[in-house]
Amino acid sequence: MTSPAPIPEQRETPQPDPAAVPALSIDGVSHAYGPRRALIDVSFNVQPASFTALLGLNGAGKSTLFSLITRLFGIQSGRVGIFGHDISKSPGEALRLLGVVFQPRTLDLDLSLTQNLLYHAALHGISRREAAARSAELLGRIGLEERAGSKVRDLSGGQMRRLEIARALLHRPRLLLLDEPTVGLDVKARADIISQVRQLVTEQGIGVLWATHLFDEIMPSDDLVVLHQGKVLARGPMSRVVTEAGAQDVNTAFMRLTGAQAMPGGGA
Amino acid sequence: MSSITTREAPRGFSLAEYMTCLTGIVWREGLRFLHQRERFVSALVRPLVWLFIFAAGFRQVLGISIIPPYETYILYEVYIAPGLMAMIQLFNGMQSSLSMVYDREMGNMRTLLVSPLPRGFLLFCKLLAGTAVSLLQVYAFLLIAWFWDITPPSSGYLTVLPALILSGLMLGSLGMLISSGIKQLENFAGVMNFVIFPMFFSSSALYPLWRVQEGSPYLYYLCEANPFTHAVELIRFALYGQINWISLAVVAACTIVFMIGAIWAYDPSRGLARRGPAGGEG
Repeated sequence: MTSPAPIPEQRETPQPDPAAVPALSIDGVSHAYGPRRALIDVSFNVQPASFTALLGLNGAGKSTLFSLITRLFGIQSGRVGIFGHDISKSPGEALRLLGVVFQPRTLDLDLSLTQNLLYHAALHGISRREAAARSAELLGRIGLEERAGSKVRDLSGGQMRRLEIARALLHRPRLLLLDEPTVGLDVKARADIISQVRQLVTEQGIGVLWATHLFDEIMPSDDLVVLHQGKVLARGPMSRVVTEAGAQDVNTAFMRLTGAQAMPGGGA
Repeated sequence: MSSITTREAPRGFSLAEYMTCLTGIVWREGLRFLHQRERFVSALVRPLVWLFIFAAGFRQVLGISIIPPYETYILYEVYIAPGLMAMIQLFNGMQSSLSMVYDREMGNMRTLLVSPLPRGFLLFCKLLAGTAVSLLQVYAFLLIAWFWDITPPSSGYLTVLPALILSGLMLGSLGMLISSGIKQLENFAGVMNFVIFPMFFSSSALYPLWRVQEGSPYLYYLCEANPFTHAVELIRFALYGQINWISLAVVAACTIVFMIGAIWAYDPSRGLARRGPAGGEG
C-alpha cells in the first residue's frame, strides 16, 4: 500500500492558460506625433503575477507607450486592454485595475506623506476612513510610518520612489506600470525598490511592466520586451530572447538586436 | 495561483465615490493654496493696491451718478469693489490654469488624469476647487474692504456667494481652456498681457459703462460683449441682493461654453494627444 502518486495538476508548470485574460495586452499599437512615428505596430502581453521588463534606450517609445496605456493620449491605432477592459472603450474599469509610477516625480512636495496618499485615494473614490487605514498600512510596509506627517520635500530620492510605489498600490491594482523608477537613485535604493516590486509579483500576483534601460535590473526568469525606435524587436522569456539572439547575456543580445536595426537613418 | 484571471463585469462608480473624489480634489487644492502663502498675500495685495491707491486717486476725477444697483451716491471705492472681487477671480482662474500647465510639465496632472473616474468630472472638480480657493481670497478681501468703509448690506455677503461661484467657474474654465493650448510655462506671460489686462480694462470694473459710451461707442460695445463685464455686474448686483438677469444669462452661457471647450481640449483623443509627450520622452 503505497501512498497515491502526487496529483499531476498540482505541480504542473505554469502554462499560460489560453482562456486567461492577460493583465495587459498591447495589440498592434502605433502612435505618431505629427510626422514622427513614436510607436510602430507594437504588440505584447503582460501576464498576471509576472515581471515583464520593457527594455529600450531613451527615445525608444517607452514613455509614449505608458501615456497610451494610462489614457493620457488617445489611441491612434491598435488596442490596449487591461484585464480585458479596452482602455478606449471602458477607461474607468481599466484604470481601476492599474497602478502607475511615472518617470517624473508626481508627488506634492509641500504636502505630507499621508496627505499625498489620501489625495490619491480620493481620486479613486476610496472613503476617507478606508484610505487612512490603507495609507498607514502601506507606509508601514515601506518603512516610512514615522515620517507620515513630514513633508515629502524632506524625503530622499529613494524614499520618494518608495512612496510613489506605495501610492500606486493604494487602490489595490492588479497591474503595475513603472517607468524607469530607479533613475537617479543610489545602488542601495535601487536594490530596495527592485526587491519591493518583485515581492509584489510573487506574493500578491500583481502583473508588473517595468520600463528600463538598465540591463542589470532584469532577471533570467523575467519576460522581456525589447523596444527600439518604436518597434518591438524581440519578446518572450529573457533566457529565450538571449539564446535566440545567439548571445550570452542581455547586454550582448540587446546590442545584436538593435545593432542590426540602428543603421538605417530616419526620424527616430 | 488564485483565480485572478477572470474578467470582471463593469461596476461603474457610486455617488459616494464621486463625492469622495470631489472633496479630495478640493481639499488638496485648498491645502496647496494655504502652503503657498506668497500666493495668498499677492492675491490680496493686488486688489488692495487698486482700492487704497488707485481708487483714492481717482475718487476726485470720476464722478459716479446713481446707477443701479446703488440707491445713493457712492464713493468710487465702493463702485470698484465688485470689479476687484472679479479681478481676484480672474487672476485666480488664470493662476489655476498656470498651475495646470505646471502640473502637466511636472507630472502632477498625470496623477489626476489616471484616476478611473470620468475625465470631464475630474476637470470639473478641479474647476470647483479653484473656485473654492478664489472664494477664500474674495472674502478675505471683503473683510479688509469693510474696514475701508465698503459696507454692503450684511445679507449681501450671502447673496453674492452664488454669483461668485458662477463667475469663478466661468473664469476658471476660461483659464483651463487657455491652459490646454499652452505648451510651456513661459507662454503664460503672454496670456497675462493678452487675456487678463484687456479683459479687465475693457469692462465695467473700473468705470460705469455709460461713461465709456460717452467717450467711445466702440469701446462701449466691446465692454458689453466682454464676459468679464457681466461677471462684474453679476457680482455687483448680487452684493446688493439683486439679480442682473442679462449678466446672469451671459455668465452662465459662457461658463457652459468654456467648460465644454476645456473638457474637449483635455480629451485624450484630441487636445493633448496632438501635442507630443509631456516632459521627457524615454
